[in-house]
Amino acid sequence: MSIVLDVRDVWKAYGDLQVLKGVTFDVGETEVKVVFGPSGSGKSTLLRCINMLDPPDKGEVFLRGQSLMAKDANLNMLRARIGMVFQQFNLFSHLKALDNVTIGPMKVLGVEKEEAIERAHIAIDQVHMTEWIEHYPAQLSGGQQQRIGIARALAMDPDVILFDEPTSALDPELIGEVLQVMLDIAKAGTTMIVVTHEMGFARAVASEMYFMDKGVIVEKGTPKHFFTNPEHERVRQFLLRLEVLYGGHDQE
Amino acid sequence: MPSLIAFILAAGLPATLLLTAAGLGLGFIIGLGLALIRVYAEEDIAVLAQAYENVFRGIPVLVLMLLFLVSTGWPALFSAGLALGLRSGAYQSQIVRGAILSVSDTQVIAAYSLGMNRMQTARHIVLPQAFRLALPGWSNEYAVVTKDTAWAGAIGVLDMVKAVDYLIFENPLIFLPAILAVTIIYFFLTYPITRYAGEQMSKRLRSLGLGGNY
Repeated sequence: MSIVLDVRDVWKAYGDLQVLKGVTFDVGETEVKVVFGPSGSGKSTLLRCINMLDPPDKGEVFLRGQSLMAKDANLNMLRARIGMVFQQFNLFSHLKALDNVTIGPMKVLGVEKEEAIERAHIAIDQVHMTEWIEHYPAQLSGGQQQRIGIARALAMDPDVILFDEPTSALDPELIGEVLQVMLDIAKAGTTMIVVTHEMGFARAVASEMYFMDKGVIVEKGTPKHFFTNPEHERVRQFLLRLEVLYGGHDQE
Repeated sequence: MPSLIAFILAAGLPATLLLTAAGLGLGFIIGLGLALIRVYAEEDIAVLAQAYENVFRGIPVLVLMLLFLVSTGWPALFSAGLALGLRSGAYQSQIVRGAILSVSDTQVIAAYSLGMNRMQTARHIVLPQAFRLALPGWSNEYAVVTKDTAWAGAIGVLDMVKAVDYLIFENPLIFLPAILAVTIIYFFLTYPITRYAGEQMSKRLRSLGLGGNY
């Protein structure tokens, strides 16, 4: 299996606060990597380091062998190949749902308008939002906005999509529709890195899970490993707490 | 009263409207440029834009008009329009800059994550929203510039206030009705626009989830 994204020994500090202390992992074609761990462990920072929204202080990030840290790297073109889905959706308020999805292909990839609309329709169909394309973000529920956010990433046809806690700003009854879409695109072969505490999702599609704490990956393993026999006591406690909190709504 | 209003309009309205348009138009170009510089340019250039604002906000517009008229010998109408435009530019810069800064950072980050560069992000994401957010501020600036065109009469432009001057000079007894007439005209020049901008635009902004929820 070919490696899509290769993250090597990434370090990041904000002032005196060392947020990432040497994170290394890679993501192969069609793999889904789930990152979880307590807040402040550096999960979101890791995603922002991967697409250089917050460049790492040290380390390397390669997208299909091309370094994003290289001085001559065309960051905009590399970012166009790394999709990102945000906790707060971050849709463009002045654009209708359809235009939120077409603007990337048109302005960044230089795709003609008709083709961009066609691509957008396919992506929007994947997230079941076809009825809502003429609505502005403010007229949509959180779950609907997030699905448009996913469609916006999909329409760029990226090599990998990063999900930064995509359901943690949603009401419980809206989480399901977003997770279902994520399950669908994962099963369709989308390469994904997902920061989430939705263990049902992880169990269903994760190729590998990473437990992060205090800026490092403490433990790596398959969902089966984590849910049957995690190695570290810290991990066991964390999973137990998640189960107490979210126990009910596994997505299987 | 109707004939008074008709006289004032016929004699002075063209200059008042021309000066308003010139002041707002020139002010828009300068203001947009300054705002972009202050938000996006390097620190040492941004400081120059800030200096411009401080200078032109600190000088009375009548002093500016006199300065251009006397020091350059340009026609009074031109000097007045230039003074109004240069000063309005300083204020419009503040309006646009505030609007740019109130477009949420999260959307800028989303644009970068799609691969847009700073220029594309400004053009396609930030400015279209900033212009909408700036509209209430602009409607206020429209009212300010409209009323400040009255200073042009003092350097010899025949605007509406100058027309009133002539009327009173001919017949001091109509002082009060003439002043009332010009008051009414100014009110109807400014009120509908500011009201429209205020109400309609707030409604529109709300539907986009911009500019607050109340």
